[in-house]
Amino acid sequence: MTTDTGLYQELILEHDRERHGHGLRDGGAAESHQRNPVCGDEVLLRLHVADGRVADISWQGSGCAISMASASVLHDVVVGLSLDELGERIELFREAMRSKGRQPIDEDLFGDAVALSGVSKFPARVKCALLSWMAAEHALDSVRAA
Amino acid sequence: MSSTAAPLTEAELAAIRSDFPQLGEIVQGHPLVYLDSGATSLKPRQVLDAERRFAETRTAAVHRGAHTLAAEATEDYEDARMRVARFIGARDDELVWTSNATEAVNLVAHAIGNASLGRGGAAAERFRLGPGDEIVATEQEHHANLIPWQELAARTGATFRWIRTHDDGTLDLGHAAEVIGERTRIVAFSHVSNVVGLENPVAELVALARAAGALVLLDACQSAPHVPLDVKALDVDFAVLSGHKMLAPTGIGALYGRRELLRDLPPFLTGGSMITTVTMEGADFLPPPQRFEAGTQRISQAVAFAAAVDYLDAVGMERIAAHEAALGARLAARLAEQPDVRLIGPADSPHRVGLAAFTIGTVHAHDVGQLLDEQGIAVRVGHHCAQPLHRRLGVTATARASAYLYTTPAEVDALVDGLDAVRRVFGGR
Repeated sequence: MTTDTGLYQELILEHDRERHGHGLRDGGAAESHQRNPVCGDEVLLRLHVADGRVADISWQGSGCAISMASASVLHDVVVGLSLDELGERIELFREAMRSKGRQPIDEDLFGDAVALSGVSKFPARVKCALLSWMAAEHALDSVRAA
Repeated sequence: MSSTAAPLTEAELAAIRSDFPQLGEIVQGHPLVYLDSGATSLKPRQVLDAERRFAETRTAAVHRGAHTLAAEATEDYEDARMRVARFIGARDDELVWTSNATEAVNLVAHAIGNASLGRGGAAAERFRLGPGDEIVATEQEHHANLIPWQELAARTGATFRWIRTHDDGTLDLGHAAEVIGERTRIVAFSHVSNVVGLENPVAELVALARAAGALVLLDACQSAPHVPLDVKALDVDFAVLSGHKMLAPTGIGALYGRRELLRDLPPFLTGGSMITTVTMEGADFLPPPQRFEAGTQRISQAVAFAAAVDYLDAVGMERIAAHEAALGARLAARLAEQPDVRLIGPADSPHRVGLAAFTIGTVHAHDVGQLLDEQGIAVRVGHHCAQPLHRRLGVTATARASAYLYTTPAEVDALVDGLDAVRRVFGGR
């Protein structure tokens, strides 16, 4: 069910339940552990790379529905992208989340992540939505530095 | 906690609520149900007016200057100290103003650290810590009464130890008797845990500390606003208070210290206003409390803190405690009867104040808080600055509802009924 604010869209609740890409798989090029000290939410994420593209995002974590759904959506959105596209996509997502509702999420680029649009109107929850994306960014930085 | 005083009548409660302007706010289209007083309390008009009146008519630096307003400001400031000191059963010169309770704990820890480096001369030798000495806190503690002691131990070579909790989060007194021993020099614990919500057995813990010859620091942040507090009757050496949790503004807290201990403690922060003679080689320090109040102080906040305790005294702490005990019992009982709710701490303890933390199903506390907020209900979610206790309880986060003298039974019911929204969205997870 959808609530008044649109924060808990059915799509979000589905991703929270299904958690695409969940579970750590061997052979990641880099990994990152991110933690939100305010609520204790955490994500350990592995970036798997093959032929210069994102082959897989494997992750585990615990947290609120927003942070878990966002990690699931991240998996769906970025697998198959080049590393440059991954970096750009993360940047676009961060901008949209920090836009206080002014910058919509492009459905063509972001698929189910559109359902997270409402989060940008709740400053206290933006960190939840960004947690796994920050982990992906750190992992990407490590891959590029290597 | 149990009390023999009569709870507040409906008429009294209505009169109290009319003093708190923020209770009239509309949040997310609903009248505010404020159940986050454990984080910070709302402020009554009388406190806001006192601060404003001081700022508008008495602004001047204290303890310096010869003009009339400087003298009047100093008098107000010292009068405020006397009123807050008396509120907790202390003498005027036993109360030190601090920015908050965190700074008050750090003041004691750093002053003891300085004594351990030889500062403060022979008088401060009694505080010296080193290898072989032990500092004891509890697994229940707020980070503010935990990390300063871990750090003090690390700086001095002393050992940091802790009293475990039972599975329900209450203190394991049997373990306390094992941990507190002849090596123990400091025992620090909270009067009321900000997560478990029960008044701790202060007398038993103080007795163990006394038998070991250890100093006792009591974190009274969650007790002083809600139950009568007498530091002399409790026989603690230090106690820390948070102004903003007891109707005062943010930016002011207080440290109580027994007179002969403050007399011998070296300072923490140094600089202006805490000295007698200064040369290029060194300085002599004022007696307490000024020795611990370096720099320009929080003057209007101190005046407002006094107005806050005046307000509490006018209602009566015994009656406030009775009102909140009834609210806490209702809150705990109603939460405990929900099959999908895990209440932290026992449901039927006579020691509970008006505070309860809980989880519902496997839904994350953040989501619970969000769905309550959509109904105008404000609760705290997260680890409440008590990560070790949450780890001990096997949860990363809880939701916490906390009441105060202005909270109504209907608001407690609104919270419990409001959990239905969580069930609707998360489908009984």
